[in-house]
Amino acid sequence: MTAATRAEGQRRWAPRPLIANRTARWLVRLLVLAYLAAVVATVDVNWVRVAEGIERSGRLLGQFLRPDFASRWSDSRIGILESVTMSLVATVAGVLIAIPVSLGAARNLAPLPLYLATRAYITLSRTFPEVIVAIVFVVMMGFGPFAGLLTLTFASVGFVAKLLAEDIEDIDDGQLEAMRATGATWWQVVAFAVVPQVMPRFVGLSVYRLDINFRESTILGIVGAGGVGATLTTAMSRYDFDSAGAILILVIAIVLVLEYLSGYVRSAVR
Amino acid sequence: MLEIQGLVKRYPTGDRALRGVDLTVPEGQVMALIGPSGAGKSTLIRCVNRLVEPTEGRIELDGEDLTRLHPRSLRRARRQIGMIFQEFALVERLSVMENVLSGRLGYVGFWRSTLRRFPQADVDLAFDLLDRVGLTGFEDKRADALSGGQRQRVGIARALMQAPKLLLVDEPTASLDPKTSRQIMRLITELAQERRVATIINIHDVALAKRFVPRIVGLREGQVVFDGPPAALDAARLTDIYGDEDWDERPEVDVDASDAAEPSEVAA
Ligand SMILES: Nc1ncnc2c1ncn2[C@@H]1O[C@H](COP(=O)(O)OP(=O)(O)OP(=O)(O)O)[C@@H](O)[C@H]1O
Ligand SMILES: [Mg+2]
Repeated sequence: MTAATRAEGQRRWAPRPLIANRTARWLVRLLVLAYLAAVVATVDVNWVRVAEGIERSGRLLGQFLRPDFASRWSDSRIGILESVTMSLVATVAGVLIAIPVSLGAARNLAPLPLYLATRAYITLSRTFPEVIVAIVFVVMMGFGPFAGLLTLTFASVGFVAKLLAEDIEDIDDGQLEAMRATGATWWQVVAFAVVPQVMPRFVGLSVYRLDINFRESTILGIVGAGGVGATLTTAMSRYDFDSAGAILILVIAIVLVLEYLSGYVRSAVR
Repeated sequence: MLEIQGLVKRYPTGDRALRGVDLTVPEGQVMALIGPSGAGKSTLIRCVNRLVEPTEGRIELDGEDLTRLHPRSLRRARRQIGMIFQEFALVERLSVMENVLSGRLGYVGFWRSTLRRFPQADVDLAFDLLDRVGLTGFEDKRADALSGGQRQRVGIARALMQAPKLLLVDEPTASLDPKTSRQIMRLITELAQERRVATIINIHDVALAKRFVPRIVGLREGQVVFDGPPAALDAARLTDIYGDEDWDERPEVDVDASDAAEPSEVAA
């Protein structure tokens, strides 16, 4: 009742500022603004080149908008099929490996040594960008889609295992305890308390990873790891922007299909 | 049957939740465990099936010391000990039948259980129990589609699926309305007596405990301070357990009076 005894009109309230001192607060704001202004001033723009660039990009865009599917069709077709196959196989393989890894990386299920080992592996596989990993695999396995397949599998394991492990750590402990209390084994606890709780997220993650893998597979060709990327770079470097446009449109179409697929699958598993 | 001697639990945080508890529950006896929040009621029953590791003391079930069991024998012991939870702890995304059958996990192998190929005898028992707890025809509903009272009935059926010797019940009614609470308490005590299952029920509602349970044990700061029939639990003994309070006052009257006197309540 103490609040009510204050006179009407005196009961103003505002959230506490981060910096208590008024002068310090304004000083910090001024400094931040001055710094931003100074940074913008140091950016050295060559306006002539920007103008030329705009003109060139107009022509480029024009060519992209008149895509030529015919002249590089057989290369593009093989490339796209390779990309699709690579990403599908890599997703399935990656997800299958990620399942046990994620169980080991969930603190509420795994003993500490296993947890530390799997977390280290996950961090390692997430540290390097796909292109770097691809170069390594190309050196090891030679040019071609097999190197790309290994790259995407490797990356998928880290990605899915990390996110899945975090979902497993967030599940309801009550359900875990209830299953343990029945005398269930560790694997039965996983099957009855963990799997039902993470299933929707697991399916969503897998489809999302398929989407990522397909988009990555269009880049890996640049370093010789297979997929449509090789055809795309060749077209670009020969200024065949109409062919490149055709390939890009195919890629966009497939990504869109994957997008719809993922929405559909996720709503189906609730 | 269940014999607890000198049970001590210290949590890693330093909390001394149990300070030497001795308690014996004969076969088929139903008893209530009461006491203020933080007295150690949950800790006590969780020590019995080792969801919490006891620090010191012995817990013997039919002569077997549960505190020394290794994982495999602990699982064997656990399947004879059913547990019912305040928040029901059903696997939300599974059907009622799957939840009830999960009570048999300790008896059925990994693949049979995971592929839901439970023995016919288990399925029959599950249907019988669903009838008994009043959930006939609910077997294919998902657990997350049930009301609180219905969920607790599933929880009871799951615990009894284990054909337990001992039933541990942690505040079965704390999330339920008064009428459902009574029905659930009646169900648990009847089933326990029917099947001669020794039962420990943690409960905050003393009136409910007195009404349904023949033996009441009071816990305070990790020690047993009362053990006797409901009739012996008078105001003085309640003060021993919970601390000072006017135990004879009629709460209903009090609530009505204070509501009427509080104008701000009307505005809200
Ligand atoms: N996991 C834990 N870690 C540390 N301390 C705990 C833990 N669980 C319980 N405690 C402490 O142990 C004491 C007993 O807790 P417990 O949950 O057994 O009491 P309770 O009688 O069941 O209370 P309530 O009636 O509120 O459920 C409390 O002081 C509590 O803070
Ligand atoms: Mg409790």
